[in-house]
Amino acid sequence: MKRPMTDIKHHLTDELLMAYSAGTLPEAFNLVVATHISMCDECRARMHSFDAVGGALLNDAAEVPLSDGALEATLKLISQHPKDPIKTVMQPKGGVLPGPVQDYVGGDIDKVKWRRVGNGVRQAILPTSKDASVRLLHIPAGCEVPDHGHQGTELTLVLQGAFLDEDDRFARGDIEIANEDLEHTPIADIGEDCICLAATDAPLKFNSLIPRVAQPFLRI
Amino acid sequence: MYTSVPLKDESRASRKEVSYGVVSALTGKADTPDARQQIVNVQDDTTRAAWAGHIKAIHERQDKAAFAALFQHFAPRVKAFLMKSGADAASAEETAQEVMATLWTKAHMFDPTRASAATWIFTIARNRSIDALRKQRRPEPEEVFWGPEAEPDQEESMALQQESDQLARAIAELPEKQRVLIERAYFGDLSHSEIAAETGLPLGTIKSRIRLALDRLRHAMT
Repeated sequence: MKRPMTDIKHHLTDELLMAYSAGTLPEAFNLVVATHISMCDECRARMHSFDAVGGALLNDAAEVPLSDGALEATLKLISQHPKDPIKTVMQPKGGVLPGPVQDYVGGDIDKVKWRRVGNGVRQAILPTSKDASVRLLHIPAGCEVPDHGHQGTELTLVLQGAFLDEDDRFARGDIEIANEDLEHTPIADIGEDCICLAATDAPLKFNSLIPRVAQPFLRI
Repeated sequence: MYTSVPLKDESRASRKEVSYGVVSALTGKADTPDARQQIVNVQDDTTRAAWAGHIKAIHERQDKAAFAALFQHFAPRVKAFLMKSGADAASAEETAQEVMATLWTKAHMFDPTRASAATWIFTIARNRSIDALRKQRRPEPEEVFWGPEAEPDQEESMALQQESDQLARAIAELPEKQRVLIERAYFGDLSHSEIAAETGLPLGTIKSRIRLALDRLRHAMT
């Protein structure tokens, strides 16, 4: 199921990885980044580097003294909490959906609660904080990927199959990073239905001036 | 002037000479105030490498003295980080204590071949901050485990410590304008656009300065 990492051609940008490491991304974006890293050893190594930058900055950071007795209070806190079980580690789960997505779905692909959104396309919105949104998209082979109406940044990570966009092909593990400037009409590659994880930080559109029916894919 | 640096651990003397070599190579001049600043940092490196041993001591024998030393160094820095991320003093204090308690309860998961003590504590503090201050979940990649099956390889963890030292020096040597932005990006809970709004700098300038900083760090690490 897993592609060798050398097959992944479209990676996370420094900006995204740094923000993931710094902890400044919305939850929906964190999920896409964590999912790509689960599939891509190269970006995992880069993430460790960005974490190391955070560590170096912390080590040289200014200090704000803690109150008197803080150490004793912390030791007391420790005595109240038993040692963490080792199984807090996230093991690879196998299946179509990488571990981080399975955590949000509550299982693999068979547990996804799809909703039809027209043209054979189905989507499932995953529950995250409201500053951005993320959903799974199921696009039948050869069909157009619905226009996501780019506002802000949109991340699209392929979990199964592939889609074609202009000259590029995005297959399992590849991530497309689009902003307002990108006009595109991606098409799911023939051969296999395409499953993507797509996140956007576009402001939620419930503007009454724009008919809802004109933008069925912003029903988030 | 190098001989004036007190060595806390004689057994590391040879490694420290290597470090001085790196400093001289990076600065090109050993007698500037900058270079002296670097030597202060090099002096810290002994401590930096020792922190990993302290965490091991907590894991192996619930060493409270080791914990107290880590606490004294890192807790005030974690508190400062949390306050810069938007916490008030009281909740930053509380969260900093939780972060340090987590260090104890998860000490068995620390892997010195994967992260320095500072990096590991940073990730704990960041995750706690997202959880406590932003009330969000933090999705983590699968297959990330910090040990604990095999005994960490000594050479690998030495190499990791040296890289961490090298990175710290490279960050300290960034041009002021670039370093400040890198710090902001990590310690302000701000996106690039928010930094732009706060500093009045164009977004493009911020992005290009950060890009230049990362290029320099990469260059210094190769």
